[in-house]
Parts: sequence; structure tokens; C-alpha cells
Amino acid sequence: MSKRVVVTGMGVVAPNGIGLPAFLQAIQNGMSGIKFIPQYKELNFSCHIAGLPDFSWEELANYISEVTLHGLKGTNIGYGLVAAMDAWADSGMGYETEKPRWETGCVFGNSTADTEAMKNVITRVDGKEARKLGSRVVEQAMNSGVTSYITGRLGLGNKVITNSAACATGTQAILMGYEYIKHGYADRMLVGSTEHVDPYVYGAFDSMRVLSRKFNDEPEKASRPMSLTAGGFIPGSGAGALVLEDLDFALQRGARIYAEVLGGSTNSGGQRSGGTMTAANSEGVIRCIQSALADAHVRPKQIDLISGHLTATNADKQEIQNWSDALGRKGKDFPTTNSLKSMIGHCLSAAGSIETVASILQIMHNFAHPNINLDDPNPDILEITGFDNLPVNMTRKEINIVAKANFGFGDVNSCLILSKFKA
Amino acid sequence: MTRQEILDELKKVIAPYTTNKELLAGITEDTDLIKDLKINSANLVDIIIDAEAKYEIEIDYDSADKMINVGTCLDVIGAKINERG
Repeated sequence: MSKRVVVTGMGVVAPNGIGLPAFLQAIQNGMSGIKFIPQYKELNFSCHIAGLPDFSWEELANYISEVTLHGLKGTNIGYGLVAAMDAWADSGMGYETEKPRWETGCVFGNSTADTEAMKNVITRVDGKEARKLGSRVVEQAMNSGVTSYITGRLGLGNKVITNSAACATGTQAILMGYEYIKHGYADRMLVGSTEHVDPYVYGAFDSMRVLSRKFNDEPEKASRPMSLTAGGFIPGSGAGALVLEDLDFALQRGARIYAEVLGGSTNSGGQRSGGTMTAANSEGVIRCIQSALADAHVRPKQIDLISGHLTATNADKQEIQNWSDALGRKGKDFPTTNSLKSMIGHCLSAAGSIETVASILQIMHNFAHPNINLDDPNPDILEITGFDNLPVNMTRKEINIVAKANFGFGDVNSCLILSKFKA
Repeated sequence: MTRQEILDELKKVIAPYTTNKELLAGITEDTDLIKDLKINSANLVDIIIDAEAKYEIEIDYDSADKMINVGTCLDVIGAKINERG
């Protein structure tokens, strides 16, 4: 028998706020986390701005032992640890345990190890000093580094998986955790994703000419999803994490319940029929959204809010068209839609988890966060969405069900259906 | 460098790798790095690398294998300092 899966804790390290209270205030007030990065100008990048969390590395001493912190260089791991452990504490549980927590697993995603930290490794090896690298490189270079640090700190003993699906990683991690609980394999899953866009990853995106170039002097105005002046995305860094639990298990321990994961889907457009390494096959996207709805037993007209992928590239219009086709809703009838990327940029692997935290906050507090910088909405998009469904100010409204989707390189899609919890 | 001076420096080298600062302050020649100071065995490599930098010596693999307790650490480091001259 399939189980109901609820969210009982959340943690977030976002460019516009670290921790739930700061992040909630930021997304309600349309606060941007996009900043000028002098180094990027010096490096001759076309884009000089990024979404960067105001993260204090020393703060990690409150999360892990000083022995573990000594020698920790992976920024992605630092972000992931804080988000994951904050989510854990937020769900009312202590960190310490003598024995493994067999009932709890972890699916945590990321893109790649911190390349900037790995530069030191490359320099040492090339300098014939490999023996000076020490014991802490492999654990941070391995793609499962962040997952290993989190599960080691908390003693998680169920399924431990590191997933990677480009920009769909975060939503996919949450979906995998949900499915595992739903089918009864684990009572609790700590899920999420992390991303640190170091200069090397950033430079590679810059070279693809997919980043914004025209708003370097006005960083906070640069991320402009769905607008006529949307000229590329702004890379962002951070992490998001959620504690998912089997409903009965959560009730038994008296956990506070934030929301329910009703269902979801992840698929690929196969890089066919218009889908490529970098572009989505619309048919794949539509199937993904519709499968998520079917899995959740939700009808398209029940969707109160779309938390889009909407990165501020020319793919925005096709994404909106795909949502419209998948839901069979258009114009006035189109759901309220927003893009968190207008405030924090595109956090790549971390996008899905940070945006899911934002989605659940909107469910809990009944509001739709603004699409900031939408001064000049693309008329082709407005034709599909109608004029009133892309809020530019925070809008108070009852949010019962959110569709949260992300689409990534490799033509991969992930969609979650999130709901207010109703016993 | 006297044995005591090497020991004083060794405490600083070991410090980042143990959470037990009280025990570290009171270590003797018999203190075992793994059993007593609860140092992760993988971190012994890091202590050796840090010691090499601290004392400006090179510790070969065979010598490193002998560095199990504080006394043997002092033996190896002292010998390498003497070799260096």
C-alpha cells in the first residue's frame, strides 16, 4: 500500500537569504540576491554578476566538528551541510546519534565538485607533489561528497544516493525521496541539492553566451524571466533541503507538518523532436507535467501556482506554452506563475530544491512571491498567461496546490506536485 | 631541537585532528594517536604531511608506518631532523 509523504522540515542557503525566516522575508519582499563579482570582470567574462549566498564559512563550526571543518574546501559541501542540517533541526530532531538511523535515507544532488578547490589538486599533481595532497581530497572530489558529509554527520542508514540531472537535479532528488517513502522502503528521507558556481563552471556557461550581458551595472535588475529584455540567465549558488516523512511516522512522533508531496514525475525528451543537449523536447516536458498530475491524482484546474523553471532565456516562452498545453489552461484561466530566478538567478543543481522550499513557504503562508524585474513582460508570453497571472508584487491568495518543475541540459525534466496538508 | 621542543610543536601539528583538547594537552610518550586521541586513521597521512612542513623534513613511507604513538613520532621526527643536519 502506498504511503502519504509529508514535508516536516526545511533548510535553505539562498543568495537572498540563509535560513527560513530570512528567505521568507526576502521572497515576500522581492529582494534580489544578485551581486557584482569584481573577479568576473577581471576574468573578462561577458557577465559580471551572480547570485551568491552571504555565507560565513566559520559558521560551519556550529554544524560539524573542527576536525571535519579543518581541510574542508568544497563550497558546495558547505552549503549542502548547512541546508540539510537546518532542515533536520527544523523538523524537531537532534543531530547526535550513537547508532545509525536505519529508518532515514538521503538523496542529495549536485553538479560537480568545487573546481576552484580542485585547482589546488591539479597544481600539486602537475608540480609532482601528489604526496602532499593528504587524505581530504578524494572525499570532496567525489560526486557523492556532499551526501557523504551529510549522512555521516547525522548517521543516516537507509538508502543514500547522490543524483545529478543538471538543472533538474533538485526536483529530481525530492521526487526520488518521495517515491522511496511512498513505496514503503524508508520512513524518512533527507532530500535536496547544492550548487557552487565557481569561476570555472561560470566561465564555461559564459562562453556558451547563455548568460545576461546587458545588466552588469544593475545586478539586481539583471535576472528578468519572461520579460522582453530577458537576455540570459544569471548563475546562482546555494542549497535547499527538505525532510520528507511517511505521514503516519511523522504523526506518531508528533512532527509539525508543512505540506504534502502529492506526486511527481521525471523523464527525458530523449534529445529528439526538437530536444537537444541544451533544449527541451516539448513533448517530453508536457508528458512530465501530465504524469506528475496523474501520479498526484490532481486535475489541471486545481493548480493554484506554477513555480516555473523560467531562467530568463528565450526558452521562457516555449516553457509557458508547454505549461499551457500540459494543463489545457490559457489566458485568464492560466495559473498564477512565478520564477524565483528573478531574485536569486539560476542555481543550477540547487534550483529545484531552493525553489521547492519557496513553493512550500508560499503554500504555508498563502502568497505568491513577485516576479521582480518584470517591467516589460514579453507580449507573446502574456498572450498565453493573460495579464494578471504573472504577479509583480507579492500577492496574498490561498495556495493549495503548486506545480514545481525544472528542466535541464541533457533534455531531462522533473515536476513535483506539492499541496497544503489536509488530514 | 630538543625532544621536548619537538613535542611542543607536535601538539600544534596534531591539534586540528583531534577534538579531545584536554587529552592532547596532557599527552605522554605512550599516548596512541588512534586509540587515545581518537584520530581518524586516514588523518595520520595529514599529520605526517603537516609535520614535514613544520620541521622541514621528509618522512618516507616506512618511517611513517612507525608513527603510532607520541614516542615513535618523536623518534622519527628527531631522526629526520638529525639527517637533515
